[in-house]
Amino acid sequence: MPSKPRNYSQSPLKTLSAKSRNTLPNMNQPILKVENLRAGIEGKEILKGINLTVMPGEVHAIMGPNGSGKSTFSSVLAGDPRFTVLGGTATLAGTDLLDLPPETRSHAGLFLSFQYPVEIPGVTMVNFMRAAINAKRKYLDEEPLSAAEFLKLMRQKRAIVELDNKLASRSVNEGFSGGEKKRNEIFQMAMLEPKLSILDETDSGLDIDALRIVAGGVNKLRTDRNATIVITHYQRLLDYIKPDFVHILYKGRIVHSGGPELALELEEKGYDWIKEQVGE
Amino acid sequence: MENSLTQYLDLLDSHLATIDSKAPALFNALRPTAIETLRNAGRFPRTGDEDVPNANPAQMFAPDYGINIDRRPIPADVAASFRCDVPNVSTLTAIVVGDTFHPTSTLLHNLPQGLTVMSLARAAAEHPQLVEPYLNKLAADSSASAALNTALLQDGVLIHAARGVRVDKAVQIVSIFSTQAPMLAVRRILVVAEEGSSVRVLLCDHSQRNDVDYMSSQVVEAFVGQGASVELYDVEESSARTRRMSETFVRQERDSSFVSVGCSLCGGDTANSVSLDLAGEGAETELNALVIAAGERHIDNRIRLAHCAPHCRSRQLFKYALFDNARGAFGGKVVVAEGAVRTDAAQTNRNLLIGDQSTMHSAPQLEIYCDDVKASHGATTGQLDERALFYMQSRGIPREEARRMLVQAFMMDVADTIRLDALRDRMRLLVEKRLGGDAAASCSECSACK
Repeated sequence: MPSKPRNYSQSPLKTLSAKSRNTLPNMNQPILKVENLRAGIEGKEILKGINLTVMPGEVHAIMGPNGSGKSTFSSVLAGDPRFTVLGGTATLAGTDLLDLPPETRSHAGLFLSFQYPVEIPGVTMVNFMRAAINAKRKYLDEEPLSAAEFLKLMRQKRAIVELDNKLASRSVNEGFSGGEKKRNEIFQMAMLEPKLSILDETDSGLDIDALRIVAGGVNKLRTDRNATIVITHYQRLLDYIKPDFVHILYKGRIVHSGGPELALELEEKGYDWIKEQVGE
Repeated sequence: MENSLTQYLDLLDSHLATIDSKAPALFNALRPTAIETLRNAGRFPRTGDEDVPNANPAQMFAPDYGINIDRRPIPADVAASFRCDVPNVSTLTAIVVGDTFHPTSTLLHNLPQGLTVMSLARAAAEHPQLVEPYLNKLAADSSASAALNTALLQDGVLIHAARGVRVDKAVQIVSIFSTQAPMLAVRRILVVAEEGSSVRVLLCDHSQRNDVDYMSSQVVEAFVGQGASVELYDVEESSARTRRMSETFVRQERDSSFVSVGCSLCGGDTANSVSLDLAGEGAETELNALVIAAGERHIDNRIRLAHCAPHCRSRQLFKYALFDNARGAFGGKVVVAEGAVRTDAAQTNRNLLIGDQSTMHSAPQLEIYCDDVKASHGATTGQLDERALFYMQSRGIPREEARRMLVQAFMMDVADTIRLDALRDRMRLLVEKRLGGDAAASCSECSACK
């Protein structure tokens, strides 16, 4: 949060470039629009035509049994090279995502909180984060942050998920506990200020206290200009991050959508009724 | 292929008198045996010979280099105008132009009491008692290339720490090639650390031209006395046409400590070897190296480490990052002799193959003739972690930069073994620079810089 108004006399207003114009929110434009997205891995089709529209300010939950394609969906949106797109489109605030390398998707405002954050021995959190922030600033035709500005930003954002300063000086995720890894994901999300955050099974491996901190962080970062997709098995996380819409993914398709009550219904009845509904 | 040793034997036949006339008697006395060793060897080793997996000494010595046997002065202002990439680590600096020793003024006037750093030729004439007991005692007969180094020896560097003298500041030896004509430099470094002394040595190799063929034939002999400590850092940052054959011989007495860290950043084909005897009980040694190679470069590191006494400890950490068509080799032989009980030996070799055509040949070897020892070795060769790359990209870090950061991270634990703070920081920076596209003119030819 800026503590005092910016002194514009020192930095004259720049003419907005085409890219930074894009970053201005258009409340009528979907943040994410996915149409008939099909994708697979090693020749096996997993996503069989996904349609999803996410508007600014919304939280969508995607639920579904194991193997339904939830993680594939988030991986494909983020550009994971293991997966092949077989058809369809996905746009982020009007930008066509599917042909972009993962780093450009990130610059355009996509963030994926990994189910299994990767450990990177020898790369410190500080260097990692600085490279990420400055790459995005370069994309937006902005000057890199000075060391002081960067450290200040780190400090502010760390507070959001109560991430220990000690972790910031360690190698990325190396030796972090499960809870620390997930908090670290939300910390990175806070640093990068994405338009769309996808939280892939963020609740897995978290005890209740860690869950509260992580969910609290996500809620603090919500605005009416960004949006969140929560991918989860369980209703539990949705007690903390309240969704506006709940979708059920089954065998590579969204087979049912509804309001928050759908999650409760699933919690109560399990997934069998969905299977019956789609004729199994 | 023509026998590349012949030209050197011919030179020695026809010009021995000239060589002798420009060198101290102590060196000249070593020549006949060295020449005899050369004749018996018949040729330089070549690829395919035992213990020579990759580098090709026969080929490295083949070009028609000039050798400065007349000791014609190579302008010293070349040295004065030269800036080493590892500046400000030490004021105890000497510059070796080709193979001729040039002290700096601080070296002449501000040497700590009990530390001698001087021309080996001058030392052999003026202080033979510091040289004679040591020179060629470890290197003799060990290889054709070491014998050639002795046969052609006319100057070098003596670093001598008297008993109990401990010097924190590093003695920096900057060796440079600068001639317009191809040159073979006969470099010889003798390090003697008397009982209870400690000395740190930093060797920097540079070439001022990258369009001329150079060859460095280097022999280092280090005697580490009882309870003494020697650190030897070696930074190679020359040109793609500067080949290097460096042979290091170490003997450690009781409770002594030796650390060597090699950094091969830029250069032509390189063959490094270390032969080390843990001769006294309780001695410790650490041999580490980081290698970044690109283009068509070959880099070999060969270790022969002998645990001859009880309660000694050895650690080896060798890491390679190979780009393009670069080829690396690591041969690490650890011998635990009979009676060397409670030996603790560990060897690690890790390699990253980044170029599609890069190759690595790793040959760890353990020979144990003693019970009651702890010895381990591990070698891995692989590629950059795709999951880590994707994770970094997903945070906005471009793939190329992510790759660089991962290679740099991979090398950091070797750089971290440098015990000289200023050099450690400098080395981190040099590795980053080497990978980061901030290409020094000296290595503009390798694609790892781009």
